Amino acid sequence: MNNTISIEETEREIVEEFALFDSWDDKYEYIIDLGKKLEPLDAQYKTDDNKVRGCQSTVWLAAFYEDGRVIFKADSDAVIVKGLISMLIRVLSGHTPDEILNAKLGFIQEIGMTTHLAQTRSNGLLSMVKQMKNYAMVFKVKEQNG
Amino acid sequence: MIATEEIMHAFDVENIRRQFPVLNRTVKGKPLVYLDSAATSQKPQVVIDALVDYYSGFNANIHRGIHSLAEEATAAFEATRDAVKNFIHASSREEIIFTRGTTEGINLVAYTWGRQNIKAGDEIIISAMEHHSNIVPWQVLCEEKNAVLKVIPINDEGELLMDEFYKLLSPKTKLVSVVHVSNALGTVNPVKQITDAAHNAGAVVMIDGAQSTVHLDIDVQQLDCDFFAFSAHKLYGPTGAGVLFGKKHLLETMPVFQGGGEMIKEVTFAKTTFNDLPYKYEAGTPNIADVVAFKAALDFISETGKEAIAQHEHELLRYATAQLQSIPGLTIIGRAKEKAGVASFIIEKLHTQDIAIILDNQGIAVRTGHHCTQPLMDRFGISGTTRASFAVYNTRQEIDALVSGLHKAIRLLS
Ligand SMILES: Cc1ncc(COP(=O)(O)O)c(C=O)c1O
Repeated sequence: MNNTISIEETEREIVEEFALFDSWDDKYEYIIDLGKKLEPLDAQYKTDDNKVRGCQSTVWLAAFYEDGRVIFKADSDAVIVKGLISMLIRVLSGHTPDEILNAKLGFIQEIGMTTHLAQTRSNGLLSMVKQMKNYAMVFKVKEQNG
Repeated sequence: MIATEEIMHAFDVENIRRQFPVLNRTVKGKPLVYLDSAATSQKPQVVIDALVDYYSGFNANIHRGIHSLAEEATAAFEATRDAVKNFIHASSREEIIFTRGTTEGINLVAYTWGRQNIKAGDEIIISAMEHHSNIVPWQVLCEEKNAVLKVIPINDEGELLMDEFYKLLSPKTKLVSVVHVSNALGTVNPVKQITDAAHNAGAVVMIDGAQSTVHLDIDVQQLDCDFFAFSAHKLYGPTGAGVLFGKKHLLETMPVFQGGGEMIKEVTFAKTTFNDLPYKYEAGTPNIADVVAFKAALDFISETGKEAIAQHEHELLRYATAQLQSIPGLTIIGRAKEKAGVASFIIEKLHTQDIAIILDNQGIAVRTGHHCTQPLMDRFGISGTTRASFAVYNTRQEIDALVSGLHKAIRLLS
């Protein structure tokens, strides 16, 4: 689960993939496809505690700490959100808490998905990023405390 | 048939559309298709002009000033009050209180009339299809006073079960507060029957007119309701302005809502005497500009013809319902015999949020989610719907665009 490609490199990969699309439809078809392919989250993790607040759809996010790296798994009942999460997981999962906490995630803007970051969209990309960083912080603090 | 065609012919929607500047814009490179007027309607140029004219021509604080600008601003503000009185057929201008909107109007009644009149064990009746704005103020009041909130149930079509309502009425019933037209289902409720039955039981009646005022002719004297609240922004008017109608004898005896300027006659540190109606409930500097511009919206409606608008919207709703029903897997939520303005639906296996994103990419604005009616969504066992709502400026072509947008959403998402 150790992600050997850096966060920035993965972001760059995604930006290059999106550069191939010239219409909104193509971009969304791709995101929908990612959503459909996202590995399903085991039912035991679909708990209220794992629900991400601030989403019009239901989003569950679970995080695990293995060998100093954070592994994210997520699911949603809406497929576009699932596709967006899938990209976040690809970028952030398997990295150390510090790497996650320092991630700028500029790719979201570069691929033209900033509207999904707006508070008003309430479809959770912003809440999702926040939640992922919160997990990273918790694991970091836990490790420091021993 | 001929009569309908004549009206349709006389109603020139292209001419109407030209009066709404925002309709010219594009979204994601496509012409805007605005089907979210139940959330807020777009504004005609005359309303935008009225706002600009107010600020550039006669902005002043009203009522107190003895100078020309203050007099002009006061006259314009009060002219809207007269226009509203005529629009809803109130018997006197003193019964028209300006608020921020429907929500504030309902809260005003809950905090004044409610706190004065509701006691432990009393009952307040609302319905299963209320907007949160007509639930929460009563819940808070009931909790505070140890009163009981009762709910009129609905059938699967989204119509009130009137027999159940009659059974809920008792000497304990102090207030019945129901929505006139449901924002989530489009159901037009029989508010006249509700009012008469409630009055027979000795209860006071409040109507949430947020959605009905734009689609139906409102005559508060004929309805005989005690309170009626609505918002200017759903009536082609500006945001931040609304109206509470209250029967004079009730408004006179109710305690004040907020204290401050304008609502007083005389203030000493020993005692304050309050101003006459309607000013008693309008503390502080009101939303002058938006109230002034609201008159332009009411004039726009009367000049276009409320009857003709209603006919046009009804025709759109009928057409939309027929077209939507032809989409495989689509279920209309809310199939009441009497409906106005909105078509709400779900599509098998698709999430409403995904539908809205795909439609937005085609320039189509609809609303998705629970529409601030969570208990209603629970009643139908769903988390939300996709809602298309129709106004004076919508066209059949826009409904066709919605339908092809939905076909595309189904293709992409399933
Ligand atoms: C039925 C109904 N009641 C109340 C409201 C609240 O209106 P406002 O937000 O303008 O106060 C709305 C607005 O969505 C509504 O549709």
